[in-house]
Amino acid sequence: MSTRLSKGGRLIDRSKPLSFRFNGAPMRGFAGDSLAAALLANGQVLLGRSFKYHRPRGLIASGAEEPNALVNLGRNARVEPDQRVTTTELFDGLEAASQNHWPSLDFDIGAINNTFGKLFPAGFYYKTFMFPQIAWKYLFEPVIRRAAGLGTAAKEADPDRYEQAYAYCDVLVAGGGVAGLAAALAEAKAGKRVIVMEQTPFWGGRAPVDGGTIEGLAPAEWIDRTLDLLATYPNVQLMTRTMVAGLHNHGYAICYERVADHTPGDGRPRHRLWRVRAGVTVAATGAIERPLAFAGNDVPGVMLASAVRDYIVNWAVSPGDRVVIVTNNDDAYRTALAVLDAGLTVEAVVDARERAGGDLPQLVRARGVRVMEGRGIAGVMGHKAVTHVQVCSQAGEGGVTETLECDCVAMSGGWSPVVHIFSHVGGKLLWDEAGAMFRPDATRAPTGPDGSVLARAVGAANGHLTLDAIAAEAGLSAEVEPEAPLAPVWVMPAGAGQALRFKAFLDYQNDVKVSDVELAAREGYTSVEHTKRYTTLGMASDQGKLSNINGLAILSDSLGQPIPTTGTTTFRPPYTPISFGAMAGEARGDLFQPMRRTAMQDWHEAKGYHWEPVGFWRRPYCYPRGAESHRDAVNREITNARTNVGLLDASTLGKILVKGPDAGKFLDMMYTNMMSTLPVGKCRYGLMCNENGFLSDDGVVVRLSDDSWLCHTTSGGADRIHAHMEDWLQCEWWDWKVYTANLTEQYAQIAVVGPKARKLLEKLGGMDVSKEALPFMTWAEGTLAGFPVRVYRISFSGELSYEIAVPANMGAALWEALNTAGEEFGAMPYGTEALHVMRAEKGFIMIGDETDGTVIPQDLGLNWAISKKKADYLGKRAQERSFMVSPDRWRLVGLETLDGSVLPDGVYAVAEGNNANGQRNTQGRVTSSYYSPTLKKGIAMGLVLHGPERMGEILDFPADKGAVIKARIVDPCFYDKEGEKADA
Amino acid sequence: MPEAVSALKGVSHTGFATVAEAGLTGMIQIRADLASPRLAAVLAERGLAVPEQRKVVTGGGRRLAWMSPDELLLFCSYDEAPVLAGDLTAEMGGEHALIVNVSDMRAVFTITGAKRDEVLMKLCPVDFATLPEMELRRTRAAQTGVALWRSGPEEITLICFRSVAGYMMGLLETASRKGGEIF
Repeated sequence: MSTRLSKGGRLIDRSKPLSFRFNGAPMRGFAGDSLAAALLANGQVLLGRSFKYHRPRGLIASGAEEPNALVNLGRNARVEPDQRVTTTELFDGLEAASQNHWPSLDFDIGAINNTFGKLFPAGFYYKTFMFPQIAWKYLFEPVIRRAAGLGTAAKEADPDRYEQAYAYCDVLVAGGGVAGLAAALAEAKAGKRVIVMEQTPFWGGRAPVDGGTIEGLAPAEWIDRTLDLLATYPNVQLMTRTMVAGLHNHGYAICYERVADHTPGDGRPRHRLWRVRAGVTVAATGAIERPLAFAGNDVPGVMLASAVRDYIVNWAVSPGDRVVIVTNNDDAYRTALAVLDAGLTVEAVVDARERAGGDLPQLVRARGVRVMEGRGIAGVMGHKAVTHVQVCSQAGEGGVTETLECDCVAMSGGWSPVVHIFSHVGGKLLWDEAGAMFRPDATRAPTGPDGSVLARAVGAANGHLTLDAIAAEAGLSAEVEPEAPLAPVWVMPAGAGQALRFKAFLDYQNDVKVSDVELAAREGYTSVEHTKRYTTLGMASDQGKLSNINGLAILSDSLGQPIPTTGTTTFRPPYTPISFGAMAGEARGDLFQPMRRTAMQDWHEAKGYHWEPVGFWRRPYCYPRGAESHRDAVNREITNARTNVGLLDASTLGKILVKGPDAGKFLDMMYTNMMSTLPVGKCRYGLMCNENGFLSDDGVVVRLSDDSWLCHTTSGGADRIHAHMEDWLQCEWWDWKVYTANLTEQYAQIAVVGPKARKLLEKLGGMDVSKEALPFMTWAEGTLAGFPVRVYRISFSGELSYEIAVPANMGAALWEALNTAGEEFGAMPYGTEALHVMRAEKGFIMIGDETDGTVIPQDLGLNWAISKKKADYLGKRAQERSFMVSPDRWRLVGLETLDGSVLPDGVYAVAEGNNANGQRNTQGRVTSSYYSPTLKKGIAMGLVLHGPERMGEILDFPADKGAVIKARIVDPCFYDKEGEKADA
Repeated sequence: MPEAVSALKGVSHTGFATVAEAGLTGMIQIRADLASPRLAAVLAERGLAVPEQRKVVTGGGRRLAWMSPDELLLFCSYDEAPVLAGDLTAEMGGEHALIVNVSDMRAVFTITGAKRDEVLMKLCPVDFATLPEMELRRTRAAQTGVALWRSGPEEITLICFRSVAGYMMGLLETASRKGGEIF
C-alpha cells in the first residue's frame, strides 16, 4: 500500500493542500505533486487496465516514459483522454478517471481476455480476422474497437485557446538538468543566443534525487546557482513546461509549451507550439531506466527503481512499506538507500550479477540489507497489487528458491540514453557494450545543408550515466559513488521457459511479451521495423520508451545476431504526444482559413445569402427570399436579369495590369489570340493555355493605353495567372520590358445585367452609357452618381451588360446605390448559380466545368479565338501534335434531353460494346447541366466524340438505378444565337 | 465624391498590446529599374530617396518602402494618391515603369505597446529580436501574406490584402488577448 510520508518531499509545498477526484472519489494532495504522486499518496496503486488483456496496471515510472497510468482528465468540454498522470501537474479541483475498463476499474469483464491470453499471440488480429474480407469493415473492426480503445474524447468544442510562436537562437538546449544547464551556461558565456527548454516544471533533472556533489555543492544548490547566473544573461531564455518535441531539417525544432494545463480556465492559452530555428540543438535529454523482463513484471507495485526513489525523495510518497529491489547494476542500490532513509524496509536486493561488490552494494549491506547475488525473479504474486516475489537463480530456468513478502518491487535493467532529438534528423547511434545501450555517435551527428552539425548530445543522453562523467564532459568537477559494471539481462531468469516468457512484459501499453517477439522471429521476422509492426511493440502512445531496447535485444537473441546488427526502430517526433490544439494553433472557427471578403460581403450577409466557396472567397450562390428554395431563388434571379436588371458582385474576378513597350508582344504569347492589335478603348475575350496546350484560363482583355492592358482572369485564377505571367517574364523573357501588377483587390466590380441596365446607369448619371458612346466590347472611364468608375461593355450572360469597376473602398456604397436606384426597374442581386445558368444558356464555356486540364480550346469550338497569324503563343506547338489534332477528340456540343429533364452533371454517354476491362464503352460526357428557367427545360453541354458533326443524333446517358436518359446533340448556344441582346 | 471606407473602418482592440486598423491610407505601387537616375530624380523632388534593400525611408510626410528588386511602395495620403500616381507616371517621361494607385488594395494595421513584438511572434516567422527600425519584412501572418516594419517607438505597421483584413484582425485580436503574453 502506497502512502504519503510524514517528512520530506523536495518538490511539494505542504502548506498548499489541493483537492482532486479520481473515479469520483475525493483525494488530497499538495502543490508540487504530479497526479501520479498524489494518487500514490492516496493509496491508489491500481490505475488502469491494459489495452489487450485488460490486466490491472499501476505506475511503472515517474516521468514522460510512463506507459500504463493514462487517465481521462477533466470533464465535459475539457475532458481529454490518455493523459499520463506522471506528467500531469496536480491542481485544485482536478478530475481524473481511469480508462479501458468495463464496468469498473476493480471488476473488468474484458480481463477474460487475459484468461484466454494464449489465444492472442503476436499477429493475432492479422491472422484471425481475415475472411470474409467484408466482415473486417462491418463486424470485426467495430467490435474490436469497442472492446479496446483507450479514453473517450470530448463531444463538445474545446473551450481553450491554443497558439504558436516563432523563435530563433544559436543554441537550443533540450533539457534542464545538470548537463543542459552547464551547456547553456557555456554557450551563454560565448555570447550565443540560447534557449533552454525543460519539459517538467522543475529544473535539475535527476541529480537532486541521485545525489553526489558538483563543484563542491549539493546538486540542488549548484542548479539554483547556475539558474541565477543564467538569468543574468540577456541572451538566454529559460523555459519550463516546454518539451523539444522534434528536430527537423535545417535546425527546425518543434517545441511544446504546456502554458496552462495546470491552471485550466485562467484565460491563458492552454498550449503553445514553438517553431524554433536553432543553429544547433543540444540534446540534454537524460536517460530512461529499463525494466527487467520477468514473469509478472506488470503487476501493480512493480516499478522502475528510479521511479521508486523519485516518489520518495521528490514527493515524500512511499510506493510500498516493504520493497524488493531487483537489478543488474549498482545504480538501483540508490533506491535501497532512499527507501531506508525514508524509514521503510528493503526486504532484499535481488542482483542478477554473480558478484555485487561495488561501493553502493557495500553501503546497502552495511545498513543490514540482504543482497542476493546471482538471483533473479521467477514470478510476482498478487493480482491488483504485489504480495510476494519468487526468487530464483538468474542462470537457471526459474526454480523458486525463496519467496519474499513485499508490496513494491523496484526493478532496474540499466539505462537507455534518450537519443530521440539527436536521431530525429538523422544522427546515428553506436552500441555501447559496457553500458548495454545505444548512444549518439558524435562522428555521425545530423548535419545541415552546409555540413554543420545540427545536434549534439550531452550528459546522460550522450551515454554519460554518472554525475562525475556528466560533469567531466562539461568541464566541471563532481563527486559521486563509483559504480561497478552492469551485466546485461534481457530475460529473467536466463533460462526462463515459455510459461514465464509468456508473462514477461516488454511493452506494457500494447501488452507485448517476450514470447511475442520470439514468436515473430520464429515466423521469419528479421527486420526490427517489421517485428515492431507485427507485434505492436513500441507502437503505443509511449512509442516504446521502456520497451524498445529490451525488445530488440530479445529479437537479436532469437535471431542469433548481435544487437547493433538488429539496430533500432526509427525515432520519430514528437517525443511525447502533443495536442491537436497546439498543432492547429489559432486556425479554428473564423480563423480556420483566411476567408476573403469583397467590399460588399457585409451586404450579402445581411441579406441572408447562400454562399459557395470559390478559392477562399465566399461568393453569393443566390439570395433566397423568405422561405424560397435555393432553386426557386436562382430561377427568379435569372428571369429577373433576363427581363429587368440583375446585379452581380464580380469583385473576385482577377484584374492584372500589364504595362510596357513589350506588353503587346508578351500578351500575344500569353493568349491564343491577338492582343497587341486590340485598339485602345476596346475589349476582347481571350484564352490562355499552358505549355502543353491545355486551356488554363479565360477572360476579357482591355486595352487601356498604348502601352498598357488590363487582363481579367477567372476568380480562382487571379493569383495563379499573375504568377504564371511573372514566371515567364522573370525566367524566360527577362529582357522584355514588361511590368505586371495584380490589381484584383484594388477594384470592386459590379455587373449590371439586363434589358434595363442602361436605364439604371442613366439614372445614376455622370457619363454617357448609350450604345453609340459605349458600344458592346468597349470601355470608358467616368463617374456614375459621383463614383469614379471604369465601365466595360462586356457580357457573360448574353444580356445588355455593363461591368463597373470602382475603387474597393467605395464598392459597398456603389453597390448600395445601384440596388436603391434600381428598385424602380426591378433590380435584384443575383448569385453565381444564376451566372452559371445564364452563361450555359448562351453556350459560354466555364473554366473548370468545360475544362479539366485535358481540354484544348479546339475541343470547345473556340478556334475563332486562336490566332492563325501569330508565329507562336504558349501552347501553340503542343496543339499541333498528332493527338491534339485528331478528329477523334471529344468536342463541345449542346445536349437537350428528350423529356426535358436535367442530365446529371458529369454523366457519360455510352457507346456499343465493352472495353478491354469489361467496362461499357463511352463516347462523351456532360460538362455542365442546368435547369433553364428561360427555356423551361434542362439544358446541358458536353464533350462528345465527333460531336459537332452529329447534330440531331440521340445519345444514351445511363443515370442512377438503371435509368437511361436520352438526349439530343444540339448547338451549345440555346439563347439569342445572334447576340442581339448583348449588343443592344 | 462618395465617401471611401477602409475594410474595417478603423476598428481596434486592446489586449496586452493595441491592434488597430489604420484606416484609409494612400499607396502607390512603383515598378521600375531602381537604379534609374530618372526615378531617383522624381523621388528626390519629393524629398525621398530610393530605399536600400528591405528599407523604409521617409520624406515630405510620405514613406517609401522597398518591396522587391524592381518594386517600391509609396505611402501617402489617401486623397492625393490618384493624382500623385499620375504625376509620377508623367514625370518618368516615358521611361519604362509601372506606377499605379493601389490604395484600395490593401489594409493597414498598427500594433502598438511595449509587448507589440509578442503579438506578431505568434503569427509571423520573423526574428523580431534582430529586426531593425524601418526595415520592411515581406512574410506571412498565419496563412496570409503580409509586410511589416517597425514604424515608430513601440509601433509596428503591417499591411495585407484588403479581402483578408477581417482574418488579419481576427489573428491580431486573438494573439494580443490578455493572458497570452509570452515573456
